[in-house]
Amino acid sequence: MSLSANRETSGTARRSDGPQPGIARALRNSLTMAHRALLKVRHTPELWFDVTLQPILFTLMFAYIFGGAIAGDVKGYLPIIVPGILVQTVLTTSIVTGVQLREDMEKGVFDRFRSLPIARIAPLAGALMADAIRYAIASALTFAVGYLIGYRPAGGFGHVLAAMALAVVCAWSVSWIFAFFGVVARTAAGVQGASMLVLLPLTILSNAFVPVDTMPDWLQRFVNLNPVSHLVAAVRDLANAGTFSREIAVSLAGAAVITAVFAPLAVRVYMRRA
Amino acid sequence: MRHALLDPAADGVPAIEARGLVKAFGGRRAVDGVDLCVPAGTIFGILGPNGAGKTTTIRMLATLLRPDEGTARIFGRDVVKEPHRVRRLIGVTGQYASVDETLTARENLIIFSRLLGLGRREARRRSEELLDRFGLADAADRPLKQFSGGMRRRLDLAASLIVQPPLLFLDEPTTGLDPRTRAQLWDMIRELVRTGSTVLLTTQYLDEADQLADRIAVIDHGRVAAEGTADELKASVGTSTLQLTVRNGRDVAEARRIVERTLRVRTAAMPESGTITAPLAGADDLAGLLLALREQGIAVAEISVRKPTLDEVFLAITGRPAGDRTSNEHDPDREPEKEAAV
Repeated sequence: MSLSANRETSGTARRSDGPQPGIARALRNSLTMAHRALLKVRHTPELWFDVTLQPILFTLMFAYIFGGAIAGDVKGYLPIIVPGILVQTVLTTSIVTGVQLREDMEKGVFDRFRSLPIARIAPLAGALMADAIRYAIASALTFAVGYLIGYRPAGGFGHVLAAMALAVVCAWSVSWIFAFFGVVARTAAGVQGASMLVLLPLTILSNAFVPVDTMPDWLQRFVNLNPVSHLVAAVRDLANAGTFSREIAVSLAGAAVITAVFAPLAVRVYMRRA
Repeated sequence: MRHALLDPAADGVPAIEARGLVKAFGGRRAVDGVDLCVPAGTIFGILGPNGAGKTTTIRMLATLLRPDEGTARIFGRDVVKEPHRVRRLIGVTGQYASVDETLTARENLIIFSRLLGLGRREARRRSEELLDRFGLADAADRPLKQFSGGMRRRLDLAASLIVQPPLLFLDEPTTGLDPRTRAQLWDMIRELVRTGSTVLLTTQYLDEADQLADRIAVIDHGRVAAEGTADELKASVGTSTLQLTVRNGRDVAEARRIVERTLRVRTAAMPESGTITAPLAGADDLAGLLLALREQGIAVAEISVRKPTLDEVFLAITGRPAGDRTSNEHDPDREPEKEAAV
């Protein structure tokens, strides 16, 4: 291992001088960080379990256990439950974003990222970009399992794709909330706990699994306000009816608000800690 | 040819200039007023026991941690006000290898190359080059989990050299390495400085500081307890050690009496080799001693004056040997627990 053998090549590469245009560089750095996140899952396939096993198991379980009780038979329940499971899966998957971010930040390699002349937002944005792929996989699997057991979305393939895209966009924006938990929390377990505490009531107290009109009035009021209900309704409208309803606009607006609030918060805390 | 960004060296701007750095964690002042000045183009060693504040100091200088008080400039750039400019000038190798455990060596280098602004093909070429240079080519596609400590350190250093930074921070670069790998790393560090970089390294190994560093700061309890070249530090401890060997073994006892009388110190003697060891405050005392020995007709076979080792300096400054982890926590006043009465 001789250094002098290669002396002429040592240290001749040049550090970029003046600052590059901010957004272009931030995007390029973020894409590199996303690439890193994908390489990481390639080496640790168990990171895929939550987006592969969970949608399959949950769709099967809910369909066969509650189908008869709620809708009379399994087939009749599928248009209700498949969009419900889809939304529940992508949202719980977005918790993992925060947990993994926390774990990642505790490793020595993050010190190097922080000491590099890169856009500060890149390590966060890159991780979240890569996660969008996980949401897409979870969405596709949920619909695929539903299809296998007899779900035939009336909206057709194009609208199902649109429904999946909507779920991915909303989950991505929600993942900024958990990214924020990730940067403020002290341990990964803490992120997991706090996130479940927020998300569990929101997904259960919604229209995801049962028709809302079976609930008491006071609960209906909450359920109808719940943003998760709006997203589930939007996905159902797209997949089952092929209509671009008002619920889609509401869901996208909600996603925009969440991102506008939590992305800057998460980035600011991350940079202050950095 | 010299790197454009290395030119501050020519202007005499110090690579590092820190004044009154303070960082407290929950009321404990981990760094308590550190001043440092590191001239460009040198190797500067920070020496200190565990928990003395070495790593915290480096983290503040490398923009990873915001100082509570004080200022620090890297080639004239303030670490708090212009962190982005500072980051263009530095490379950091952490105490625990700052590379991605889940990726392979090659993937690590490519990702870091891309982040540093190299194009796709350039990143690949540079990674290949570094893998070769650091003897990691055979292991390039294995996940890091299977790497030995030495391989990780080498990869870590390689990642810092994708673009050779004008200033490189090395936090305990050779901790836990075998002597051969350590020597290789030393050579690399010297080579870096020959090609224009400045290196700040922390270490617990005194011989490492002695061998590598142009100047050394001894940090203890978050403060710079002493600073200077290895020789200056050794001189500051004062006493050297005199070793005197008489030609004729029978003279040892007599010679020892003369040494003790002339230097007014206690001595140690090894009768088998005829060697006497004594502390020596100044070389002036030596002339009188030699005269006295000649007057008594005692022939001297060998005489040497040895400066104190850096170990002795460290002990004198911090009050405990280097690498002693426990002396801090240990409470000498605590009574041993009594055995339960039967």
